[in-house]
Amino acid sequence: MSGSTPERRMATMAAHLRDGEETAKEGLIVPWPTAGVAAASVFEHIQQAPEDPILGVTVAFNKDPSPMKVNLGVGAYRTEEGKPLVLNVVRQAEERLLADRTQNKEYQPITGVAQFNKLSAQLILGANSVAIKENRVTTVQALSGTGALRVGAEFLAKHYGKPVIYVPVPTWGNHNKIFPLGGVPVKPYHYYDPKTRGLDYQGMIDDLRAAPVGAVVLLHACAHNPTGVDPTEEQWEGIRKVIRSKQQLPFFDCAYQGFASGSLDTDAHAVRSFVADGGECLIAQSYAKNMGLYGERIGALSIVCRSAAVASRVDSQLKLVIRPMYSSPPAHGALIAASILGDRDLFADWTVELKAMADRIISMRHQLYDTLKARGTPGDWTHILKQIGMFTFTGLNPEQVQFMTREYHIYMTLDGRISMAGLSTKTIPHLADAINATVLGLQGQS
Amino acid sequence: MAAMMASTAATTAALGCVASGQEVGRQVCTTQKMYNGLRVATAFPGQKKIEESAFASIKIRSKAIVTMAVATDVSRFEGVSMAPADPILGVSEAFKRDNSDMKLNLGVGAYRTEELQPYVLEVVKKAEKKMLEAGENKEYLPIEGLAAFNKATAELLLGADNPVIKQQRVATVQGLSGTGSLRLGAAFIQRYFPGVKVLISSPTWGNHKNILNDAGVPWSEYRYFDPKTVGLDFEGMIADIKDAPNGSIILLHGCAHNPTGIDPTPEQWEKIADVCQEKDHMPFFDVAYQGFASGSLDDDASSVRRFVARGIELFVAQSYSKNLGLYAERIGAINVVVSSPEVATKVKSQLKRLARPMYSNPPVHGARIVANVVGDPTMFDEWRAEMQAMAGRIKTVRQRLYDELSTKDKSSKDWSFVLKQIGMFSFTGLNKAQSDNMTDKWHVYMTKDGRISLAGLNLAKCAFLADAIIDSFYNVQ
Repeated sequence: MSGSTPERRMATMAAHLRDGEETAKEGLIVPWPTAGVAAASVFEHIQQAPEDPILGVTVAFNKDPSPMKVNLGVGAYRTEEGKPLVLNVVRQAEERLLADRTQNKEYQPITGVAQFNKLSAQLILGANSVAIKENRVTTVQALSGTGALRVGAEFLAKHYGKPVIYVPVPTWGNHNKIFPLGGVPVKPYHYYDPKTRGLDYQGMIDDLRAAPVGAVVLLHACAHNPTGVDPTEEQWEGIRKVIRSKQQLPFFDCAYQGFASGSLDTDAHAVRSFVADGGECLIAQSYAKNMGLYGERIGALSIVCRSAAVASRVDSQLKLVIRPMYSSPPAHGALIAASILGDRDLFADWTVELKAMADRIISMRHQLYDTLKARGTPGDWTHILKQIGMFTFTGLNPEQVQFMTREYHIYMTLDGRISMAGLSTKTIPHLADAINATVLGLQGQS
Repeated sequence: MAAMMASTAATTAALGCVASGQEVGRQVCTTQKMYNGLRVATAFPGQKKIEESAFASIKIRSKAIVTMAVATDVSRFEGVSMAPADPILGVSEAFKRDNSDMKLNLGVGAYRTEELQPYVLEVVKKAEKKMLEAGENKEYLPIEGLAAFNKATAELLLGADNPVIKQQRVATVQGLSGTGSLRLGAAFIQRYFPGVKVLISSPTWGNHKNILNDAGVPWSEYRYFDPKTVGLDFEGMIADIKDAPNGSIILLHGCAHNPTGIDPTPEQWEKIADVCQEKDHMPFFDVAYQGFASGSLDDDASSVRRFVARGIELFVAQSYSKNLGLYAERIGAINVVVSSPEVATKVKSQLKRLARPMYSNPPVHGARIVANVVGDPTMFDEWRAEMQAMAGRIKTVRQRLYDELSTKDKSSKDWSFVLKQIGMFSFTGLNKAQSDNMTDKWHVYMTKDGRISLAGLNLAKCAFLADAIIDSFYNVQ
């Protein structure tokens, strides 16, 4: 390290102080921003960002020393013992991967692991999908659901005129950040009806009819997040007709295939019905929940096009979106997922483990409902049973949520959403107590 | 099928067409119309007569002929054109398609063994085995990534005893290798230094421009490569950096400049730092080869540490693709060195805000590998040894190539730049036509800017490569 460096710094500062003699006379000394001597920073104007509303719940939960605390924030599956779960098929796939001497860590292609892409498209569209047979589907590996949505957004911003995306109210909070940052402004459509705690079907249809021709429409393929409210098959058909009549472009967010009902095919029904009519759509898939691969960031973006020629061109343009974002996706999760999807036995075992997770969640729903009824908690709690997937939209407001957090150490998002996956037979009574106290407006126990 | 026909008819009725009563026979007419700024393409094959519609008043922008399809609409993505292949990654694709016996892939910068095979470091295999046995879970990482990784990577870059680390003045966020880290940094610059330009070297890694463009950050170039000397145009570089408006951002390669392999000397680095301080510029270091260039982690980080020691606030993007061979795992970091811990906390919080709508949180696998390797003294030493071996093989190959070129080339051309350049790449000075000759005639695959990856070369093929270079240099203009 050069011994003249401190001298150099002093000389530079002195020079600026000399230059700043005018301001010095007025009694102001402005230190050189990069002087690094207890000086102002060029980053001085940057504010502290608040914690992410969803992921911040876990941050807050971790800080809480109370033994009674329950984390119902982020949608990550927990066992009955409250522990994270790595699926057996995942462990097996990883062991195979490690033992496979033909594997290396070379860059994947920009669009990711080809075998994964192929199998992922088949999973959502069905092995007999006409669209796949006709080569009309282009699939790229993505960084879980978020990454797939972001790449899709940037693609649309570049190639779909001046797109606007209509999203349900409410929707996953991150949707409202991904799309605008990706270049696609967001507009709302009615979805959740707080009165029925179900779907505002007519409101949704009316809003879609009123939306412009060609607008992009975000649809949760199954297990709507945060409400758990899904359209029925008939309602999906009505939605499809309106969207097609307005030449709108569906963008499916499919984060829970297999996790909602326990059946991969059932949960894919809405997507498949849209693709069956020959129309185009985008599909973002995530394997975070249904394969428990949260941290590996594995998902896919598929764009179903009218023709193979278009699909091929779209594929080439998706590469131009991906390359300046992260060059190529991480291999590990893709190789695990491809292994499971591509091996008959692993696939079969996976469906069993998937159903077990879905069933445990359904049983939590029943237990919570029964416990609230037993407590005589005022209100109609049947929505806990009717809603589907990982989350329940309790109907509690932010003040009530904050009460539950403060007094009962229940960690959840302010919109009243709870992750059923974070509950267990042991913790349900505590949650029921908290809800009961909240609804009755009682002072809590500290 | 009925539903599809019905919806096509509905579409036709809703959208109208060119003009009322116009015959549309076998020749399909595609009209593009503007609706609220959205282009919607429709085709009406087989329609004998098109009714006038409520939308007939909308101006028709253009027509295109589309091949006859069954009664379906034309894609709304019809106007999407075929993108050109990535200039760097496209090289490997072309190489794979070549059936010639004697071919050489000197395109992408991925290390190859002397047998020209991909290389997974032994220490990486060890780490993965350890991880599998530990049976760790696959929960989401925090948005900023694995804490153990972030700590290790900042210390690796700056030195564990660096005052800026001790004073907690470094904001580190795990990123998707070098590209992802650069993109986060660029997104941060776009938001918090709007309008500030980033100066990039001429030439630089091709993807730098794409990253800045997609992040919406303006850029311009500073002179760097001097084709006359096949070395650094230092005066041009200094002049251009001085010329830039105060407070610009200067993208610098920490070591092993890509694509030229030409690095400033320590004295030149000092001068660059002087100018940056005079002009209040903010350096943005791209460090993709720490340890890989010279074989020494500390030596390769000296340029960054030099600037940090002067108290300059700066960005550093790191990658573990090359030095730990973790190309496919996408593991790197964006570091921002600032003047106080309070500012570092704020900067980190805002980097997180940019990462969340891009991919939510980063992948865990590569981060754990790095944390394991760096955190275990034995593995760390083994890593150092493997890295030195990789860097050593490249130096050996450079020497052999230089020897072959000097022997075979009867003219007095000075090929010593092959030895002076450092890292994975060599800028041969061949132009596009000459590079094309390398590929077309000699089946040597390289990028069109004259860059070859020494990592893809072995001793056995040095003579062959020398022949190709000499032929291309002298016989092609």
